[in-house]
Amino acid sequence: MAGHASKQIDAKTLWGGKISPFSTSYGKLMMWFFLVSDALTFSGLLIAYGFTRHDYLGSWPIGEETFESLPFLGNGFPLIYVALMTFILIVSSVTMVLAVEAGHRMDRKGVTKWMIATIIGGFFFVGSQAWEWSHFIHGSDFGRVELADGSQAIVKGKFGEIKNFEVVTAGHHLAVGEKVTEDLKHEYTHAVAGGHVHNGMITLHDGSVAKINKEANTDMRLIVKELGGKYAMGDEIKGAEAIRLYEEVVNSGEANRVIYGANLKQNEYGPQHYGQFFFFITGFHGFHVFSGVMINILILLGVVNGVYHKRGHYEMVEKTGLYWHFVDLVWVFVFTFFYLV
Amino acid sequence: MLRDDIIEYSLDAHHSEEQGVKLRKKIWKVTAILTLITAIEVVIGSVIKQADASWYIVKWVLIILTLVKAAYIVLSFMHLGDERKGLRYVILIPYFIFALYLIYILITEGNAIAAILTEFAS
Repeated sequence: MAGHASKQIDAKTLWGGKISPFSTSYGKLMMWFFLVSDALTFSGLLIAYGFTRHDYLGSWPIGEETFESLPFLGNGFPLIYVALMTFILIVSSVTMVLAVEAGHRMDRKGVTKWMIATIIGGFFFVGSQAWEWSHFIHGSDFGRVELADGSQAIVKGKFGEIKNFEVVTAGHHLAVGEKVTEDLKHEYTHAVAGGHVHNGMITLHDGSVAKINKEANTDMRLIVKELGGKYAMGDEIKGAEAIRLYEEVVNSGEANRVIYGANLKQNEYGPQHYGQFFFFITGFHGFHVFSGVMINILILLGVVNGVYHKRGHYEMVEKTGLYWHFVDLVWVFVFTFFYLV
Repeated sequence: MLRDDIIEYSLDAHHSEEQGVKLRKKIWKVTAILTLITAIEVVIGSVIKQADASWYIVKWVLIILTLVKAAYIVLSFMHLGDERKGLRYVILIPYFIFALYLIYILITEGNAIAAILTEFAS
């Protein structure tokens, strides 16, 4: 949009001299240089991810198997949520460029309108990322299992609802015959991970032992991700055999044979590095989006107060726009290299 | 009067209503393209499995689609396509030299380490 100067440019705009490199303003050029350096940081992170993935001998988590949940709707929607996030960010980039366009026409109302839309889009994206993190940390219904032969498999299927825990041996607080009906799923996954479930019985925190009244899991599939001996990489175990193997592990009473969710030390999706890169890369990007939203809000205040209108141009909107588009640009790459390939 | 000490200047990029209509049309066109590419990527990604023999090609298709998307964002939304040629190259060339070098060196190194680990494991 190289406009043609129609009036004389004052000395301040000309970087205090008589020339302005690349016919662009100081602020815009510096924003570009900052973006190049920031782009290099993100390249470094993504290429480090590629390096780790290439030197890793086992199987690396696959995007469409790892990210397949939607809020309120459950599992079975591979990549739809991330695609939605991508779309939200692209749309907020569009509203930003429309704000810049309105600024060129000195249309203050238009700039305000599109800036507000951009900020809303930004908040939606940050919120989506918060949900995704929460989901990633808490994990799936089934977790990742270590089978009898030592191989490890991720598990897909429909989790049967837990009705209650019926106490059969009294502990410190609960008496025989009492039924626990609250926080069942949470208790259950903790007990399974800790090896406190044995032959359909769960040992609760107060030491009481209870019978687990639970509907059967259905549609189960185990996909082998780590070699043990019996299975090949990527083998899929289905049907009754899958249910039998899974129940065997859950009811073994051994700790750490089922891992749920993710932290910095281990995760159910794949190697330790995978979780760390997930947190670092999407976290660093999310932080950029958050800063972008904050900067956009500051600029919006300027627009509403007429600061830029008095100045005679909306270049500040253009400069924050550059940053905002950059954040979108980074996400395009994160989307491809973290989720798609 | 034409003066040679006043240079073309993007700061004065005000445009008229008619130009605005044209620009907005272009913006919506780019939006449609970006959305379409994202949709195609997701469909390809969820239909074709990584274990498939054709995955190698799919991977490159996805990477190329990503670069097309990135080019649209940088050149159209960030208006780099409208800036001076010199500015364009000052931004893109150093970046691409560093990024391509880093990709080459680290992917090669990653593969080499995998080869060594495999050798010692067996």
